[in-house]
Amino acid sequence: MLNNLLFILTITFINSVPLTLAALGGVICEKSGVVNIGIEGMMSIGAFTGAAVGYYTGSVWLGLIFAGLAGGLLALLHAIASITFQADQTVSGIAINLIGPGLAMFLSRIFFAGATTTIPVPQKFPKIFSSLANKHEILNNINLDMTVPLSFSVVLITWFVMYKTKWGLRIRALGEHPAAVDSVGVSVYRTRYICVALSGILAGIGGASVTLAIVSQFTPSAISGQGFIALAAVIFGKWKPFGAYFACLFFGFAQALVVLIGGEGSVISSDLLMMLPYLLTVLILILFVGRSSAPKASGKPYQRGSR
Amino acid sequence: MKNVASILEKPVVSTIISIFLGFLVAFLILFVAGYNPLDAVLTFFNAIFSKPKFITNVIIKSSPLILTGLSAAFAFKTGLFNIGAEGQYIVATVASTLVGIIFNFHPIIQIPLVILSGVAAGAVLGGIVGFLKAKFGIHEVITSIMFNWISLYLCNYVANSEFFHKPESNGTYPINKSGISMLFYDWKFSEQGRRFLKENPFLNEVLLKTDLSLNFLIAVIAAIITWIIIYKTTLGFELRAVGLNHHAALNAGIKVRRNVVFSMLVAGALAGLAGALTISGTSNNSVQILSVFENNGFNGLAVALIARSSPLGCIFAGLIFSALIYAGQALQFKIGIPSEIINIVIGVIVFFIAITRILPIIVERVYAQRRSENVK
Repeated sequence: MLNNLLFILTITFINSVPLTLAALGGVICEKSGVVNIGIEGMMSIGAFTGAAVGYYTGSVWLGLIFAGLAGGLLALLHAIASITFQADQTVSGIAINLIGPGLAMFLSRIFFAGATTTIPVPQKFPKIFSSLANKHEILNNINLDMTVPLSFSVVLITWFVMYKTKWGLRIRALGEHPAAVDSVGVSVYRTRYICVALSGILAGIGGASVTLAIVSQFTPSAISGQGFIALAAVIFGKWKPFGAYFACLFFGFAQALVVLIGGEGSVISSDLLMMLPYLLTVLILILFVGRSSAPKASGKPYQRGSR
Repeated sequence: MKNVASILEKPVVSTIISIFLGFLVAFLILFVAGYNPLDAVLTFFNAIFSKPKFITNVIIKSSPLILTGLSAAFAFKTGLFNIGAEGQYIVATVASTLVGIIFNFHPIIQIPLVILSGVAAGAVLGGIVGFLKAKFGIHEVITSIMFNWISLYLCNYVANSEFFHKPESNGTYPINKSGISMLFYDWKFSEQGRRFLKENPFLNEVLLKTDLSLNFLIAVIAAIITWIIIYKTTLGFELRAVGLNHHAALNAGIKVRRNVVFSMLVAGALAGLAGALTISGTSNNSVQILSVFENNGFNGLAVALIARSSPLGCIFAGLIFSALIYAGQALQFKIGIPSEIINIVIGVIVFFIAITRILPIIVERVYAQRRSENVK
């Protein structure tokens, strides 16, 4: 019983890491007034870059850093379109979602002899109790990936910066009334650029946390929709760091339930079980969330001099 | 300058510029990656135009893209983002397949029955999303994404089920012959048909080697009807009013919530039609186990964007999109260029479509600046 419980908790935490990182990026981006529907694309390029750099250098940490850079670069494209060119942010986001996975697989074919699957990295992300593993059953069961505390600390930092510092106040104000922020001398464009780039970096790292910690290689289905689920978590979590975090944990928990119920001699078809996390999400949305309140200026390009 | 601005303002012009830039970027990427871009261009156009079979296939494969594009475009007009076309397409293929296997009427009844059941399934799924938005205010993007996954697993459940799964295959049994809408389906595989087609190489290519059906024609008709609904009816006027400013629409006495549900219902039906026609009119005539999304619906979003939400534009955007995907496979097959380059091309086109909207404004501004300098 205890082991089952720990098992569920472990899977919950591990599954929620990529979602959490990507969703936090989404929160930062949308709080600053830029809709980022391109998270999926940024995660994909991060997932590939992380796995590829991890394989060639043998270092998962380098992989993680480069994944962040790759996601950030792709996010810059989104920033250029949506901030400088005042493009429709949804359209630009869709473009990112097309370019990201396309580029990831294109590069994979070039660097890995025509395969869309990369060669596994020599060593996955370390676990918390790497040295104590296998010695104690309970310790072994709660032996989480290092990415779990990492993602939690990012949640804490994001919350702290957003709600306890002047930068956070500026970012939040940007999403509600950019002209007011402009009038006190803060550059709307520069701040939004930073936020969009940050969201790309986080999404990229989130993608790499799939291909470096959960599995050990990039495959075309490595990300498959997690960016969109992260997007849902942003809305579900009412655009708040901890809200998004709990939404991601909830989703991870639903996936863990599937693993548990689906295990050994289950009578329910696995295909039906797989629907559970999604059905639960819809159900909870109907029961608890109601009208969600997005940042007011989110999605609207800012033009100096406009009110 | 004024002329330049007014030319750039035409959506068609900036769309063509975007398409050109998309190809240019791909050209550069291929060059940097060490491929011969000229080779790629030649192969690309050969793969589309060198045989009647190729052109026919491009047209055939454009039908679902046109329809999911229409689905996205219709929702866009009401200010809704139908990312759920993917799921609506999938449930339609499932419903059509089930009905096509279970029933076996005369083709005159069976074919419409198979198609309409798919349309209905898509409409119901779209309608649920619209209802949840109107009633509970839940963002259509979240529910759509969730329903996409639910649809995918529903499809896999049916494809894996004992009753429908075809042994030693990756999917269900095909639907009964009476529901298949490919043209001359029985005749073209008969002794007599084969003999006749052998003597007509053109017909042989176009008919025997492809899944020729009326799907494309139906897609075009659907585009025209959608255009009429949006621009020539009170209903369409209301939908557009809700899309442009739902507060103003509400003040004008338009029932915003009902319009939201209706818009998603129609969008779902259009995506459903795409799925239903695929089951009835293209070979396999069955659903397969899906490990990832096939992107029929997601591509529809890109089609609608390239068409700038114009229903008639969706026809051309769908054709272009279909040609890109079709020729992309040839690039990989013939000269080893990763077919994913096509996703990059499409992405870059959509990206430029997003940013070229501002071009006329920039030109206008430069013009205004010069004018004011001249006055000084």
